[in-house]
Amino acid sequence: MALLSKKDANLILDPLADNNPITIQVLGICSALAITAELKASVVMAISVLFVLGVGNVVISLLRNVIPAKIRIIVQLVVVAALVIIVDQVLKAFAYELSKTLSVFVGLIITNCIIMGRFEAFALGNGPWKSFLDGIGNALGYGVILVIVGFFRELLGSGTLFGIKVLGDPVAKTGLYALGYENNGFMIIPPAALIVVGIIIWVQRSRNRALIEEA
Amino acid sequence: MKEKLHQLKLKYQGKKMAPAFNALHTFLYTPNETTHSGGHIRGADDLKRTMNTVIMALVPCLLFGMFNAGYQHYSAINGFPADFDLFEHFLTWDNFLVGITTVLPLVIVSYGVGLAIEFLFAVIKGHEVEEGYLVTGMLVPLIVPVDTPLWMLAVAVVFGVVIGKEVFGGTGMNILNPALTIRAFLFFAYPTWMSGDKVWVHGAKDGITQAGSTDAISGETVLGYLAQGNTDTGYSLADMFYGFIPGSVGETSTLLIILGGLFLIFSKIASWRIMLSAVLGSLAMGLIFNGIVDAGWLPEYSKFYTLMSFPYWQHLLVGGLIFGIVFMATDPVTGSQTNKGKWIYGFLIGFMSVMIRVFNPGYPEGVFLAILLMNVFAPTIDHYVIKGNIKKRLKRLKTATIYPKASDEEVDALKTETA
Repeated sequence: MALLSKKDANLILDPLADNNPITIQVLGICSALAITAELKASVVMAISVLFVLGVGNVVISLLRNVIPAKIRIIVQLVVVAALVIIVDQVLKAFAYELSKTLSVFVGLIITNCIIMGRFEAFALGNGPWKSFLDGIGNALGYGVILVIVGFFRELLGSGTLFGIKVLGDPVAKTGLYALGYENNGFMIIPPAALIVVGIIIWVQRSRNRALIEEA
Repeated sequence: MKEKLHQLKLKYQGKKMAPAFNALHTFLYTPNETTHSGGHIRGADDLKRTMNTVIMALVPCLLFGMFNAGYQHYSAINGFPADFDLFEHFLTWDNFLVGITTVLPLVIVSYGVGLAIEFLFAVIKGHEVEEGYLVTGMLVPLIVPVDTPLWMLAVAVVFGVVIGKEVFGGTGMNILNPALTIRAFLFFAYPTWMSGDKVWVHGAKDGITQAGSTDAISGETVLGYLAQGNTDTGYSLADMFYGFIPGSVGETSTLLIILGGLFLIFSKIASWRIMLSAVLGSLAMGLIFNGIVDAGWLPEYSKFYTLMSFPYWQHLLVGGLIFGIVFMATDPVTGSQTNKGKWIYGFLIGFMSVMIRVFNPGYPEGVFLAILLMNVFAPTIDHYVIKGNIKKRLKRLKTATIYPKASDEEVDALKTETA
């Protein structure tokens, strides 16, 4: 990549796989459980976090030399809260139905451990450009898992993708449903997300054994 | 046969498929490579033999379930026979034929899918095939409704064996009982096939109707019937005890389950402590509910009234309570290990089963939830039992009078005396 040096590229690529915030660091699990019953909500949530984390990391990085160490958590909270409010308002204005589905979880982006974690661990000690890449990378790593989980849960739980009935109509019994297939109600409830995330972690670790911690 | 299997085993030794052939060989026969000399005691009751004993205890329930499937099916169409005769109305070829065509596929799918996964994991991980699925595979068809679609059962078995057992490291390492994991998965994934009044009798879902009427038949379980606020179930106590009632395939006959339980107790396979304490626990909870009703604290219009006023000991006759207590709470892997822990574990299973039954209007059978919950708590119970024991013994040490040690001179004196 000519655009980015190898080091910079790793800032984006690492969180996508071998240092994924959800499957490796096990952060941000609450929202991954709560809103992944539908693919659409997962995608919107991923984009929201992408915005908040990308911009937030840059802002914190720019302010990093003027923030007194004692009140840095408060400053971080103010920054992230401001960004989340922007996201919330935009959603309410342009995608009202969706913002109702996401309900409280947009607000709860504030408490998403990934965001505070990146502020603390990276943005406070690095320049704006690197922080921006790091923020984008981690948000993408989070988003990828969200979309994968959302894909399986919506497909198996409701038989739809983005609300489109890909497996046929369960009421009129067309497509797969004509053969006796039924939607799996288990995938709709939040515990299923835990199991899907668990399976992703399992697959990832058996493909890359270096990720397995010493017992 | 044994020689042939042994040859096969030798042929595949060291190859990838070796565990699969080893398993086939040791399933029915003692392996050829056993220690012959020296001070070894070889117990006859290895894991396979243990599992086979439990399966033997389950066979009567399975056979009864087959006949009952037919009996419920025909009774739903023609009405229950007025003068019931065991041989004329129950143990008939017609009933058995329905049983064979509905129950046997469940058994085959359960074993086929489950063992395939066991073999697959054994080959991937390169260890021996573990026998853990033998009992689970027999339990699963007995705790689902007769008309469960086979593909649903297959999906649930895959889920239960992989998530319930293999991810924890296979047989002996699982936290949750795999059979109940399968049942729980089915219940939450496909609730319309697992509860309600249309699933317990073969054919009810397809809308077969009662002779001479246009109403689709209703084969509600006794518990489901009570949960809806009806008081008279229409089944006599003897019906409930012998098991001529609708329900999951193998859980209806209290008599045969008790016989199986006694067999397990006398062959020392299952813990009588867990069984007894679970029965006591359910009776205790039932008595509390009965007491509340008798004291007049609960108005008659309450939705809990009918189930709360259900005589406490009859809880053991209906639903899957006794089946769960005998065959699933006693699972040696997922249950408590300490004797005191077994009492607590069993008691809470019985206690909570009846509680969930009464308080959960959506699902009047809480046994599987109670057992799964206690599975999770079993290690904690054991932990505190062991800690309590350590504390007790430390205390004993403090108050104990320790006799002074003999000094060196005395020892020497004793030595010379005895020499």
